[in-house]
Amino acid sequence: MLSNAFINACISLLGEENVLTKESELITYSYDATPGIPREIPGAVLFPQTTEQVQGIVKLCRENKVPIYPRGAGTCLSGGPVPLSKGVVISFQRMNKILEIDTDNLTATVQPGVVVATLNAEVAKYGLIYPPDPGSMAVATIGGTVAENAGGLRGLKYGVTKHYVMGMEVVLPTGEVFRFGGKTVKNVTAYDFTGLFVGSEGTLGIITEVILKLIPAPKYRKSMIAFFGTLEDAGQTVTDIIRAHVIPATLEIMDNMTIRTVENFAKVGLPTDAAALLLIEVDGNGKDGVEEEAKKVVEVIQKNKGKYKVAETDQERDNLWAARRAALPALAQVKPATVLEDATVPRTKIVDMLRAIQEIAKKYNLTIGTFGHAGDGNLHPTILVDPMDKDEMARLDKAIDEIFEAALKLGGTLSGEHGIGVAKKKYLKNEIGSSGIEVMKRLKKALDPDNILNPGKLVPMED
Amino acid sequence: MGKSIFENDEALKRELIRCMKCGNCMAVCPVYGTEVKESAVARGKIALGEAYLEGKIRDKDLMNLIYNCLVCKSCMLACPTGVKYDKIILALRHKLAKDLGKPWVKKLAFWALTHPSLFDKGLKAFSKMQGFFLEKRGPKLRAPRAFLRTLGKRFDEYFVLPEFASKSFRDSTPEVVEVSNPQATALFFTGCSINYLYPEIGDDILFVLKKNAIKTLIPKGQNCCGMPVMVHGDIEKAKELAKNNLDLFERINPEYIITGCASCGSALKHEYPMIFEGDQEYETKAKKWAEKVYDITSFLLKVIKLKKPKAELKLKVTYHDPCHLKKSMKVWVEPREILKAIPGVELVEMKKPDACCGSGGSYHLAYADTSLKILQSKMEDVKNTKAEVVATECPACMMQLGEGTQRYKVNAKVKHVISLLAEAYRRES
Repeated sequence: MLSNAFINACISLLGEENVLTKESELITYSYDATPGIPREIPGAVLFPQTTEQVQGIVKLCRENKVPIYPRGAGTCLSGGPVPLSKGVVISFQRMNKILEIDTDNLTATVQPGVVVATLNAEVAKYGLIYPPDPGSMAVATIGGTVAENAGGLRGLKYGVTKHYVMGMEVVLPTGEVFRFGGKTVKNVTAYDFTGLFVGSEGTLGIITEVILKLIPAPKYRKSMIAFFGTLEDAGQTVTDIIRAHVIPATLEIMDNMTIRTVENFAKVGLPTDAAALLLIEVDGNGKDGVEEEAKKVVEVIQKNKGKYKVAETDQERDNLWAARRAALPALAQVKPATVLEDATVPRTKIVDMLRAIQEIAKKYNLTIGTFGHAGDGNLHPTILVDPMDKDEMARLDKAIDEIFEAALKLGGTLSGEHGIGVAKKKYLKNEIGSSGIEVMKRLKKALDPDNILNPGKLVPMED
Repeated sequence: MGKSIFENDEALKRELIRCMKCGNCMAVCPVYGTEVKESAVARGKIALGEAYLEGKIRDKDLMNLIYNCLVCKSCMLACPTGVKYDKIILALRHKLAKDLGKPWVKKLAFWALTHPSLFDKGLKAFSKMQGFFLEKRGPKLRAPRAFLRTLGKRFDEYFVLPEFASKSFRDSTPEVVEVSNPQATALFFTGCSINYLYPEIGDDILFVLKKNAIKTLIPKGQNCCGMPVMVHGDIEKAKELAKNNLDLFERINPEYIITGCASCGSALKHEYPMIFEGDQEYETKAKKWAEKVYDITSFLLKVIKLKKPKAELKLKVTYHDPCHLKKSMKVWVEPREILKAIPGVELVEMKKPDACCGSGGSYHLAYADTSLKILQSKMEDVKNTKAEVVATECPACMMQLGEGTQRYKVNAKVKHVISLLAEAYRRES
């Protein structure tokens, strides 16, 4: 329990309206979007609006040995912001100003609580985009997506969050404010701190300001959908598109289970006997270039015996995308709960991974629909379960273990974009080994000697 | 225990676990947008419901948080897994009301609503003595007198509401309104707001139906649609009211049922089948009649062919989507088509026409601060269009927007879409 003196100190720092202490309010900060992980109701929720206030909170927490759980929108899929003790949650949703959009240096300087979609709507006024587009972008914050190094649909061509962070201000767990990077494209001063803090999942420092890179919005785009009789044909198509030196903005795959469920649910006219479908969009700033790339993609699809449809109008594009948008809603109708994983493999191994997932589903008698970002090998096996069915939940745990084992065997990784958090911490050693764990522990201890910043996440201190 | 979510905790739990806590509802929730805290949004309320059912929470603040929702259903359009939030919030409120009781003011109001003849007599008596409580504030507008201002935060010098009609709409209208060569017969379900507060909208709807050769039935036996008690979780009383209305429909057996109030329309079309789930007799009846319910604009455009008005109405109009019309009845094209069909009307869209106005029935009084902040941003959007009229299709929205024009000094009149159409017809002769 937090002492009254501690709460009063928080109130005098932030004002009463920015400190939540009532039990029912606190319950609503005990989760994120990750199913089945341990969680605790925090002792207080704090809403700072300035770096000084964040610094004040950190100092208070350090003096009182109170754990801190930084939180954006709480859309994380690995437990990043979930409290594991009666510490404080720092919510950044009220520290949400866009400080500057610099249209000449192509940067945006923002506070951590700015919502990704809000930033995109603002920069769109200048013909610019901030490309990382996680599925949660309508609500996810810049602070959260930077801390988790979020990806998205456009990852293949445009990269992920880490490719767009140019500088940051963080409050360290020891209370100092640290700024690094800036608006220069080139900057090799000191260590690459961006690489250290992006994806650190709130364990090394609290992000209070971020300088982001913007790019001109592509003017032209062309979407198409292709259906394949075998997984191998679909996989070969992905490989051949890249071999033809076309890098689509999106290259999404959907397996037969997902296709059937979507069609059953949304009736968008998908052939339910197809083994897989690919949804492809090429974009660029020259009309001819985009047309040329689209033509090459169509040739590849034909060569691999795919049936396809090219969208000629915005309405037709929207119709093609309806299938992808319906994937999760449709799967969610089958069972009460959906567990979304993000094991990722080199794109040449997608077919092997899809096969492995299908075998695991069969072995454990589970319903798994897989869709995801074929172009960057980031698959989303979606396991459909009933949390009230104890036996099924036990089988789910085993299946998830095997999915990660399969991904690592294929030269892949535990997480493409959801993060490690608490959900995947136990698998970490399998990927980075004992020496990797040791490096993480040393880094954590060096920056957070009291282990007060998001303890229990990402770094397996107990190992 | 029955299988219904309103009677069975297990059924309620099964609905709650469908929420995967993705948080997409935050993008569209007007209450969250204003208060920026997790308990304001659907995901938070679902988590609170889960904790309550697990016995993990006995905080008396819970009630306050669960009622802090406009039931605008915006979240349902943004939900990727189709969580039935409208059902969940009613069931949670129902459960809390049963377990923890309801405030007495609400009890009194609900008792009155479910005793229609007393309710009717009471309101008529009130209309005669309203001057004691409410002072005149312009044509057909009233405001609470100074001695009432201590009753609620919102009762300040800007608070206005329509005058209670000295004669209700249904009292001043025959039960059957004949036309020569009718092209259809429709029952006009007036709802309480049109009946007691906005009888002139009732007159306009009737006039428009006559112009379009529709024989209209306005049975005096109809009572409150039940929405006000339903959203407070009093499902039993809502069912009583609904049964009266459904039995009336059975007796009269109209070809169509028309509403001019988005909330009444939503109740008849969506909530009735929902609250009677598992009740074989009334679920069947509710579903049968739900199919015949149309809001007045869809009726004019989809069921019959609208008689286009010929006279000009030179007006710049913006349209506000009532939540219960767009998000519940899924009607947003037709009201705009009606406006565009009026010669001279220039329709200018505001920035977010389907953003909730913050009314939410009694929400606008119980959560005045949040309601007013939501209203203020709505009024800014209205102001920016420079429209002379903000048209809508819901009396509750009209009350809220009407107050908004005064409070935030917006120079636009608030009108029901059908009143504009009626005015255009009237100008023909």
